[in-house]
This record gives sequence, structure tokens and C-alpha cells, in this order.
Amino acid sequence: MATVTKEKLDRVYDAYCNGRISRRHFMKYLGLAGASLGLIGTPFAGAVRDALAAKSIRFDGWGGSVSEAFREHAFKPFTKATGIEVIDGEFGDMNSYLTRVKASYPPGGEFNIAHLSAVFDYARYVELGFSSVLDESKIPNLNNVMPSMIKPLREITKGSLSAVPYDLGQTGIAYNTKHISKEKAEKLGASLLWDKDLKGKMGSWGGDFRTNMWYAALHTNQSPNNMTDLKAIWAALREQRGLMKKYWASGAELMSLLANEEIYATVAWSGRVAALQQEGHPIGYLSPKGTYSWMEYLFVLKGTDLDVAQQLLNFMLEPAAAIAVAEGQNYPPSLDPTKVALTDKIKKMPAFDPTGKLDGYLFANPSYWNSHQVEWTEKWDRIKAGS
Amino acid sequence: MKSEKWKPWALLAPSLSAVVLLLVIPVCFVIVYSFWLRAPSGADIPAFQLGNYAKFFEDFFYPGILIRTIRIAFETVILCVVMGYIPAYFFYRSESRYKQIFLLLIMLPFWVSFIIRTMSWINIMGDSGLINHVLIKIGLIETPFSMLYNEFTVLMGLLMYLLPFMVLNIYVSLEGIDKSLLEAARCMGCTEWQAFREVTLPLSLPGVSAGCLLVFVLTAGTYLPPMILGGPGNDMIANLIFKRVIGTLDWPFGSAISVILLSLLFVIVWTYNRYLGINQIFKSFQGN
Repeated sequence: MATVTKEKLDRVYDAYCNGRISRRHFMKYLGLAGASLGLIGTPFAGAVRDALAAKSIRFDGWGGSVSEAFREHAFKPFTKATGIEVIDGEFGDMNSYLTRVKASYPPGGEFNIAHLSAVFDYARYVELGFSSVLDESKIPNLNNVMPSMIKPLREITKGSLSAVPYDLGQTGIAYNTKHISKEKAEKLGASLLWDKDLKGKMGSWGGDFRTNMWYAALHTNQSPNNMTDLKAIWAALREQRGLMKKYWASGAELMSLLANEEIYATVAWSGRVAALQQEGHPIGYLSPKGTYSWMEYLFVLKGTDLDVAQQLLNFMLEPAAAIAVAEGQNYPPSLDPTKVALTDKIKKMPAFDPTGKLDGYLFANPSYWNSHQVEWTEKWDRIKAGS
Repeated sequence: MKSEKWKPWALLAPSLSAVVLLLVIPVCFVIVYSFWLRAPSGADIPAFQLGNYAKFFEDFFYPGILIRTIRIAFETVILCVVMGYIPAYFFYRSESRYKQIFLLLIMLPFWVSFIIRTMSWINIMGDSGLINHVLIKIGLIETPFSMLYNEFTVLMGLLMYLLPFMVLNIYVSLEGIDKSLLEAARCMGCTEWQAFREVTLPLSLPGVSAGCLLVFVLTAGTYLPPMILGGPGNDMIANLIFKRVIGTLDWPFGSAISVILLSLLFVIVWTYNRYLGINQIFKSFQGN
């Protein structure tokens, strides 16, 4: 194929200016140049880039300290060992990432592996047709993973897997120990988030109806996975709104609000609280009965080069890598503690279960929460906005 | 000559292509989406129905946010005019050799990311921010004074973002005024204030109105200041669109809200054109 170079175009342009070439030929070369540019851009971008690029895979995660841990302890060693580059992307929340996946061309095709936050997200991706079928024989380290974390995935994808479990965590309650005593926090439990003494000093995650309803359910003595009195839930959230200083939008904002003492109590991700504690901030962590627990997965999207993806997943589940990442991001790994020796730091993390069975942990029921998502998100948005 | 007719079109082709590809086609997509349906999973279902528009108007919640947006946009415009005219006039009348540096200072905020500029207010006005720190240090207050996360801070964020647009519009308009007109007014007995009121102010109005339109349209479509500096109940319409599109994957409803906002802005621009003339915007850049 003839290549259109800048020099050729310059020669053609000179010839055109000197009257030695017809307008038709000049336009042909311009058209060829335009077509070349068009091929590099969308919608053929993916195909051309794939053809030109060396072996690489894209990984999208939560950013901040979490992504830093993945980069240092998993991606860099993986690239060093295999020569395959991991393109490291970030997202602020699962919904914005899903929007990008949905908008990609072909849908999901620009993305490869995502660090999904819970089983309900796994279900959403499967429902939208973004799942793949992993060859588990190529991921031998999957044998080290807690069966209790694999089982919910198999139920959704009818026996196969489109993701591997990687870590687990909790959304508990963070409170400023200078202003709230441990005794008071433990006595009030979830109701600490409704303590009128904290009016104007309360925070919550504005972007997630689930977390807010979950704690409203605990506050009103209901099961979060089977709320029978929704009026009480909405009333509790309205009441809480009056105490609220800020509905935060990201992990970074959560940490900033707590560190700067803008808020004294909020729902919070256990890993972020651990990071604040390690920095020396006076922040306590409370996980009342029924605390919202979640498992995180590395989800492989449809259209991904499965050989490369499986290599990376197996590498990341290698105990040395998984433990280093867990310590870096402050969330316990999915490794079964009865099979793999874990470090003391991991054993002290919130949500760590030495039995590996996760009995007594309360996770969001995917079918229950996903089936009400649209209705409850809108209701939550209205309450948050003052309705 | 007939053979010459293609030339203007050829010259316009790049910008026309950009407008069509980057504006007209995406807006058409948004309009088409606004008639679609959303599946519970977040998938879009092609359809032609007006349910998304009906949903917007079925109670006061969504129109209420739209009205709040318009109100905040008007407030921002008024604040920008009041606070923008004075520095613009100062630059116009200034004979200082540092005039160009002053003008550069107006542009300086654009060198820093808008998000960083907005977030910096948290370090200034926060409970442990600069203002509270100083007030506590000098003994004026004992506990931090809560200033953030309300409509005032949203307005402040908008002002910080949009004031340079207003100042520059007014300044360019003022620079176009022939200074001999002012001298003539003074020679005919006008006081400084009368000369300003009768000559400068009327002749600078095209710049003021261009700045007003620009500030209004930009405010109506912004979402970062309410998101970062706003508290519960300070959301504007762009935040609502963001939540519908990103938060709930409800692209059809998000598109319907976008079309409603676009239509409203279109009506405002049309009204502006009807009574003030859109060409005033260009006049402000050409001088009077």
C-alpha cells in the first residue's frame, strides 16, 4: 500500500501551486490524507491501535491509594516478567465507569479488566452483555481464593466466571475521636449517623442510594436486604439530611472532609479509614451489626484478549502479589486464610475473616437491590435535594 | 462568477465540519435519545414516546431545580456586572505602564485548572481553613465558623469562574470608545460623572450585554461549583443531568432534561437577539 507522507503531500501541493497538477488529483491526495487521519481516529481506532500496538491490556480501577498499590505491586512486576504492558485507567465510581463502557465502541470493546465493587455490579455487567467466559485452567491461583467469594459469581453466570474475586471490604462508620468517644459510637451503632449533636458535622456518600438506605435500614431496625417499611427508610433519610454538612462524591473528598475536620461522622470505606489512621488522623472506625460488606472482583470484559487477561489475573492472585496489593490498598485479599499464610497487617484489617467462610457477613443481595435501582436512586436523589 | 462560488464554502468547510460533527450531530443524538426508554439494567430501548418529558414536569421537583438554576444564573450575572465593570473601567482609563500586566492578571486564573481553583476555597473557607485559622488566632471566635457548602459558596465559585469573561467583554467594549467623545462631553460642561453616565456607559452596553449572555449561558450549564462547594439542596440542572446520565445510566431521561435546558437557553438567546440584537456581541469586540 502506498503511504501518504508529509513530503509527498508537500510535493503535490507545490505541483498544484505551479499548475502542474489538476485539482482532481490534488483533492485525491488530500482525501487520502484525511482517510489516514480518520482511520487513526474513531470508529476504527480500536482495530488500528490493536494492530499497531505491542501486547498490552487495559485495567481500570478506583484511583488514589488503591491504584497506586496495583501499579506498584502487580502491574510493574507483571510487565517486567512478561513484557506485557498494563494500561492503568481510573474511575471515581462504578456508575461513571459503566457509562464509559456503555459509550465505548463497540460497547465494552475499548476496556479489558475492571475492578468491580460488588456482586450486584457483576450482575449488572452480565445483564448488559459485557461478560466473558474465563478458562479457569489458565488461572491455577484461583484455587487459593475463598470459595465463599466465588460461589455468588457462578450463580449469576450459570457456572462459568467472567471475573476473579480479589479483595473485600466494608462501608462502616468513620468518626472523629476528638469529638465523639468510642463508648458513645459503640452505644449508638448505626444511629450515630442520626445523632442530633452532630448537626452540621455529618457527611455521607451522595453518589450511592444503596449505602444510605442500608444504614437507614439498620437505624430503623430492618434487614437491609428485605426492607419492609420503606416509608420509615425515607423518613430517616430526610431526618438525616437536616444534620448533613456535605454529601461527598469520591474517596478523596471523603478523606479530605474527615482529615480537615469538616465533618465528624460519616459512612466510610474501611480501606480509606485505615489510610487516614495510618497518617495519624484521629479517626475511629465503627462496624455495627449488619455493617455493609462487599467483595471486589477483577472483571474481564467481552472482547478482551483472554490469554493476556488470564495471565494477568493469575499473576495478581499469586500470594506474594495479592498480599502486597492488599497491604497497599488496606483491604484484605480474596486469598483463603486457611490455605495461604497472611501477614499480621492484613489480619488486623476491617472485614478480614480468619475462617475464610464469611459467615455472618452481610452483603447486598444483587437481585433485590438491582431490581429497585432506578426507583430508589431517583427517590434518594429527591430526598438529598430536599424533596 | 460562477466558478468562484465554491471558494467561500471551501474556506468555511473545516469550521462547518467541526460544528456539524462536534455540535449538530451530538445534539441530534441527544434529541433522539430523549424519546427512548431505559431498561432496569441500564440498557437503552429505542422508542418514540414523550414519557421522559412528562416525567420532568409531573411534579415540581425537576422544574424547581431548573428555576433554581435560572435564579442562580441571574444572580451570577448581576454580581459579575457589578464586580466586573469597575476593574474593566479602571483598565480602560488607566495610563499606567503596568496596564498590560493588570490585564494579564485577569487571565491568570485560566492558567490554573478550574477544579483546583474551585477546591482551593475549601482550604480558605473550611472549618480548618485560612479564614477560620486567622479568626481563631486573633481571638475573634473560639470555634470555627461554618462557611462552606451552601448557596453563597456556590455563587462565589461561579463568580470566580465567570468574572474574567465579564471583565474582558466590558473592557474590549470600552476600549472601542473614542476617547475624544469624552473630551467633547467635558468641553461642553459635563462633569466626570455625567460624561460617564451619558457617553461611556451607553456606549459600553454592548459589551455588558455580551458578557451577560455569556455568563448566563455558562452558569446555566455548569456543574462543578455546586458539586464541590454546594451543600444538600444546592444542585443545579447540570448536576441533575450528570446524575441521570452517569449515576443511574438513564441516558434517555438525562437527554430529555438536556433538551429542555437547551430549549430554554435557545429561548433566552432568541429573546436577547429580538430585543438587543445578537450582533451586539460582535460589536463589543469591534468597538462602537
